[in-house]
Amino acid sequence: MSPLKIKKGATSHSAYDLRPTFSDKEERHTLAVLVENEPGVLSRVIGLFAGRGYNIDSLTVAEVDHLGHRSRITIVTSGTPQIIVQIKAQLGRIVDVHKVNDLTVEGPSVERELALFKVTGTGNDRIEAIRLADIFRASVVDSTLESFVFEITGTPEKIDAFAELMRPLGLEEIARTGVAALSRGAVA
Amino acid sequence: MTKAMTGAKMVVQALIDQGVDTVFGYPGGAVLPIYDEIFQQNSIKHVLVRHEQGAVHAAEGYARSTGKPGVALVTSGPGATNAVTGLTDALMDSIPIVVLTGQVPTFMIGSDAFQECDTVGITRPCTKHNWLVKETDKLAPTLHEAFHIATSGRPGPVVIDIPKDVQFATGTYTEARQVETHYNPQVKGDMEMITELAAAMEKAKRPLFYTGGGVINSGPAASQLLRELIAATGFPITSTLMGLGCYPASGDNWLGMLGMHGLYEANMAMHDCDLMINIGARFDDRITGRLDAFSPGSTKAHIDIDASSINKVIKVDIPILGDVAHVLEDLLNVWKSRGRKTDKENVQKWWHQINDWKKVDCLAFKQETKVIKPQYALARLEELTKKHDRYITTEVGQHQMWAAQYLGFEDPNRWMTSGGLGTMGYGFPASIGVQMGHPDALVINVAGEASWLMNMQELGTAMQYNLPVKQFILNNERLGMVRQWQELLHGERYSSSWSESLPDFVKLAEAFGAKGIICDNPDDLDDAIMEMLHHDGPVLFDCLVEKHENCFPMIPSGKPHNEMILGENADTANAIQAGGAVMV
Ligand SMILES: Cc1ncc(C[n+]2csc(CCOP(=O)(O)OP(=O)(O)O)c2C)c(N)n1
Ligand SMILES: [Mg+2]
Repeated sequence: MSPLKIKKGATSHSAYDLRPTFSDKEERHTLAVLVENEPGVLSRVIGLFAGRGYNIDSLTVAEVDHLGHRSRITIVTSGTPQIIVQIKAQLGRIVDVHKVNDLTVEGPSVERELALFKVTGTGNDRIEAIRLADIFRASVVDSTLESFVFEITGTPEKIDAFAELMRPLGLEEIARTGVAALSRGAVA
Repeated sequence: MTKAMTGAKMVVQALIDQGVDTVFGYPGGAVLPIYDEIFQQNSIKHVLVRHEQGAVHAAEGYARSTGKPGVALVTSGPGATNAVTGLTDALMDSIPIVVLTGQVPTFMIGSDAFQECDTVGITRPCTKHNWLVKETDKLAPTLHEAFHIATSGRPGPVVIDIPKDVQFATGTYTEARQVETHYNPQVKGDMEMITELAAAMEKAKRPLFYTGGGVINSGPAASQLLRELIAATGFPITSTLMGLGCYPASGDNWLGMLGMHGLYEANMAMHDCDLMINIGARFDDRITGRLDAFSPGSTKAHIDIDASSINKVIKVDIPILGDVAHVLEDLLNVWKSRGRKTDKENVQKWWHQINDWKKVDCLAFKQETKVIKPQYALARLEELTKKHDRYITTEVGQHQMWAAQYLGFEDPNRWMTSGGLGTMGYGFPASIGVQMGHPDALVINVAGEASWLMNMQELGTAMQYNLPVKQFILNNERLGMVRQWQELLHGERYSSSWSESLPDFVKLAEAFGAKGIICDNPDDLDDAIMEMLHHDGPVLFDCLVEKHENCFPMIPSGKPHNEMILGENADTANAIQAGGAVMV
């Protein structure tokens, strides 16, 4: 027996479906990982993905609760259902991880990503760029006579679509934040 | 109650409070304040090893044989990097150890200071958890939490990196009961699943228990409950290398070890069973062989404390997340309350089948010539020592597999071997750790000559602390296991698998002041073993054995269980085919 006090509300990592049905098809999942805001915790998570050969499609991290010393890591990953279950279980083993939520399967959720686009050009291309930006509700955050920087928020798919349209119009550079996601409804 | 003290004193105080009696270590600049505190007390014994790898393996041996966490203390830089193999070994085999490393002072971290290395960075992937402690006030809570994390849930190694200025500075000591933690792994299994398993056991025609190191790690109660369950159901039981001793080798239901070098009857039973009950094993590749042909017709239940072990490589039908002892207790109760039912008639038939497999006598060997067969050496060692409450460690190679096959283990915590990592050089320092934990017990390291040389410097440690560890070296003058694979897989091209320029082991022993014995004749073997047992002190036993003996049975990589190679007369020419050749 440990002589330590177990904190109230401390969870054992048992939030996984231990009895999933498996197929061989790759799926894309968004995982929300609540972690202790300790040095090295991001390195543990990334090291896990690198060491075990899992994919990271997108990763964001920031402190979300200063007093509670918690950060939230949002990871978009892909793999077969068996791999996804394994990723969640492996994340759950990390001592600094408090909770792993699979937003893709645990009910509806919203996903947003912010991106900055640098588009250069003059004449018709420039007019077309600003017209499309308007349709996508992207706003201009910087402008010169031959360039714009657009800011756009939306699902990753919307940003991908915007990038496709901007490419022939003089797209120079993109900076994306990666996905932030939350479950819908009142319950955390 | 809070007390002010230096960080170095906190380290010693926390170890005492955690019940630590032995620390294996090696000093250096970055841990001198801690060594100074160790010098000024008598509660904790420090064992000066001869290499930091030895300290960590010794701590592992201590932990595996006592069930208590092992502790090692090493300096920064090279001290810490030398500890990495031991840490990885402990991680793979789920051994609870706490390793304290010195670090350069906080204000020099990141400056490439003398003997600086990124210890937490280097050890992050080979520990269960690690910490760099930058404030003296946080030192005691971290130390207490470290012991909690190393020993609870799936056990494992932890590292605490302590900068020198933190050791010198004064802070407030926190006692264990004041420390909060959120780490609290689930130990009770789901009752619905447990009931489902009990129901499956009632219906099973060809049931098999497949047990592993998790039973040992769960503590003696788990082995006790397992024995009760086996006696109550009458089902057969096999175990992995790591689980040997959880059920007595002399027990009626024991089939022996399974896996790559497991017994014929155990592997055949695994292949043909209709209900497999995995208790604290992890479907390691040494066990499963070819995955798609692994026990194809069975319903699989799996009891494990680690969710990531469940469904990792083998999909199971009845997953139970929890501690082995807790789950077995509930399982026994459920099964009894449901009326202790089994399908007696079919289980009887199953035993007939198993007994037929046993008749193959897969471990038979012939000791005909004047050259000692390694199997014979171990059979004699078994015969002459089995009455002792004996602790066995091993190195890695053929001798390790023969030891697992020919030695019998009656109780848990008596068998210490490097399973997951397969670390040559593990056995000797581990035997030192075991002997420290059991000063009066008979401790034998079954070694290969090549492995033993990897940490031979620890003979100095054994002498200094008067530890009568017996080093039983099966000397085939070969990297035997490598040679065997080259014979089977690489056209008998024995590339660098000779042990060249071996020392005279008797003289080597004597150079350290230990006793050396050499034996090359089967007729002299018993007397020589008795001489080893009667000597009160470390013994180096150079047992010259047949050089080209192969270790069988063997499931060649890439093959299913029912395609085992059985013995010397087997056709090994095409044993391993292209698909299997890439596997290790
Ligand atoms: C540190 C380390 N290096 C290399 C190996 C690969 N290896 C496995 S068994 C073996 C040969 C061991 O020879 P020996 O100790 O004499 O035992 P034998 O097989 O001859 O009984 C080798 C080199 C290993 N397991 N560990
Ligand atoms: Mg050898």
